[in-house]
Amino acid sequence: MATKPDLALDPTSAPVHGPRAVAAAEEQRIFVASQWQLTWWRFHKHRVAVASGIVVIGFYLIVLGADFLAYADPNASEAQRSLMPPQAVHLFDGGRFRPHVYAVKGARDPLTFKRVYQADPNQKIPIRLFAEGFEYRFLGVVPTTRHLIGVDGGLDAGKTIFLLGTDLQGRDLWSRLMYGTRISLTIGLIGVSMSLVLGVVLGGFSGFYGGVADTVIQRVIEILRSIPTIPLWMGLAAALPRDWSILQIYLAITIIISLLGWTELARVVRGRFLALREEDFVVSARLVGCGQMRTIFVHMVPSFMSHIIAATTLALPAMIISETALSFLGLGLRPPAISWGVLLQQAQNVQAVALSPWLMIPAVPVIIAVMAFNFLGDGLRDAADPYGR
Amino acid sequence: MLAYIGRRALLAIFTVWAISVLSFAIIQLPPGDYVTSYIAQMASTGSVVTEQEAENLRIQYGLGQPMYVQYYKWVKLIAGGNFGMSMEWRRPVTEVIGERLSLTVVVSVAALFLTWVLALPIGIYSAVRQYSLGDYAATFVGFIGLAVPNFLLALVLLYLGFTLFNAHIGGLFSLEFQDAPWSLARVWDLLKHLPIPALILGLAGTAQQIRIMRANLLDELRKPYVVTARAKGLTETRVIVKYPVRVALNPFASTIGYTLPYIVSGSIIVSLVLGLPTVGPLLLKSLIAQDMFLAGTIVLLLGVMTVIGTLISDILLVWIDPRIRLENT
Repeated sequence: MATKPDLALDPTSAPVHGPRAVAAAEEQRIFVASQWQLTWWRFHKHRVAVASGIVVIGFYLIVLGADFLAYADPNASEAQRSLMPPQAVHLFDGGRFRPHVYAVKGARDPLTFKRVYQADPNQKIPIRLFAEGFEYRFLGVVPTTRHLIGVDGGLDAGKTIFLLGTDLQGRDLWSRLMYGTRISLTIGLIGVSMSLVLGVVLGGFSGFYGGVADTVIQRVIEILRSIPTIPLWMGLAAALPRDWSILQIYLAITIIISLLGWTELARVVRGRFLALREEDFVVSARLVGCGQMRTIFVHMVPSFMSHIIAATTLALPAMIISETALSFLGLGLRPPAISWGVLLQQAQNVQAVALSPWLMIPAVPVIIAVMAFNFLGDGLRDAADPYGR
Repeated sequence: MLAYIGRRALLAIFTVWAISVLSFAIIQLPPGDYVTSYIAQMASTGSVVTEQEAENLRIQYGLGQPMYVQYYKWVKLIAGGNFGMSMEWRRPVTEVIGERLSLTVVVSVAALFLTWVLALPIGIYSAVRQYSLGDYAATFVGFIGLAVPNFLLALVLLYLGFTLFNAHIGGLFSLEFQDAPWSLARVWDLLKHLPIPALILGLAGTAQQIRIMRANLLDELRKPYVVTARAKGLTETRVIVKYPVRVALNPFASTIGYTLPYIVSGSIIVSLVLGLPTVGPLLLKSLIAQDMFLAGTIVLLLGVMTVIGTLISDILLVWIDPRIRLENT
């Protein structure tokens, strides 16, 4: 890194005022800014991308605090509460802000044998902040029983809160969704990191050395890209032993997804290597006697790190969709593991969905997450090369 | 030009080889060999496989020999049109797959066709009327198409059809035509059912193609030759359609190679949701029942089908784009 010129002024403390001085200071600021700063500024202008970034951060906060945000044990089933519709939250009680839900009574319809639920407006159940619930470790460390919201006497069957209703086994959909978010988003993250390693190593090798290695790797990528992936995933996933634990299946699914997802990343990395190989600063680094590793990791990689981050973000939605699709088909994660795909499995049947449409709610976070990652990735990609246009 | 096609064909052969190895791996992955599971399957249904029969099967598939010998024998059998027996159905795999494969082709091609039919005019419109209401609408629909996984889209449409119109929009045939022999009426019935699955499958591709077409055409429209054409007094339609669209069409054609595998992939899951009689539901069933010969064959055939489609699109591209023709002579 070159030493910064002494002229560098902090624009906020510029002594001269007036539009001209501001413009000059602005220019000065751009001249001395580091690449990361330029990238950040450019990214900042892309409002949709920034908003998406906030959404993505929100999602990962849910991943961290899933058990805090959930108020019911996600695997606690109760036949008496099977397929209960979402309970509406009433914010005001007699003009005062006191959020509550109505107690719900379930009974079997004598004609159709369907369970029907009736809200009782006379019996109000107040919603409490930081209510007591099942025990868990906050952030995996602090043992506690407090949850963000909840109702008193959670064990009393009459006093329940189901923000998004319950599934066939009477499990709370909201709490399951929180836990599902944790698994679905981490599986994407781990999968993408594995793809990243493969992509960077193979793409870098391909781009830096060229020649036969390049040709072979490029052909392999082309072959992989022309194979329909879902049947292949299904085949591989179905071959996983039935007696594996949740964690083993989780890892295996991640590996399967990432094995076929690295090609785009490799393509980006190779392209950057090819573009940079003949750049002046790389040539001069080589001429002053930098070793190959040093040339690559100290001089080349930092200059296209932003591209890699953008490509990685763009690769995430595909990972999330693949996991959801596999689990939806019953070939990915299996219950008792909870992921978005596992939750959507209950929505496979149209008749079931028509009777209890809230079973389709897990599709909403999938769509929002995919869109957010796409917009964020687009913004990052545009910002990745702050010197262009 | 021939050299180019030759290179693509060579790559296609390599791809088919890679797919065959992967399919073979899928067949081999479950514990136990084919014959032991075959015997177990037969025993569970009450029939007995004699030692002699078992031995014959072992020799036929080269079990017990090294992996590459088994692979070679398997390929040889396939080349002769023998894909093995489906354990679950106890019939040859080819018989089980039957017309399902051709229906998969029909659905995929329809989706691809629809992608073009929709993306071309919408893309042109979006570029020519940049920042108009229609352009924004197309962009919005495009983003939805990219973001919503197609099987979820299928689910939502199915639900809407069910609740709003009380109609079942799934399937490829009406009840009375389900098992009927092929006739003109059946083809017409198929055509009537085709648009919805094709739309669901093609939407993501359409969204992408619209964006590509729009970007390419916008680049072209800013070039001086367009101004010249306009200055010479050509009608606006002619100015746009005659040159810029043709140039912009190019990358459009070259992306089929990537769109097709995507559509075929998607058709598997969408078929399951919509209950289409394609190979999708069959694949899932065979995988769950560990009927690996059937599953492996389906994966293989889907792969080969995609490769052939891609090869055709490559040849089309050469035909459309003179630059590729000249570059490689």
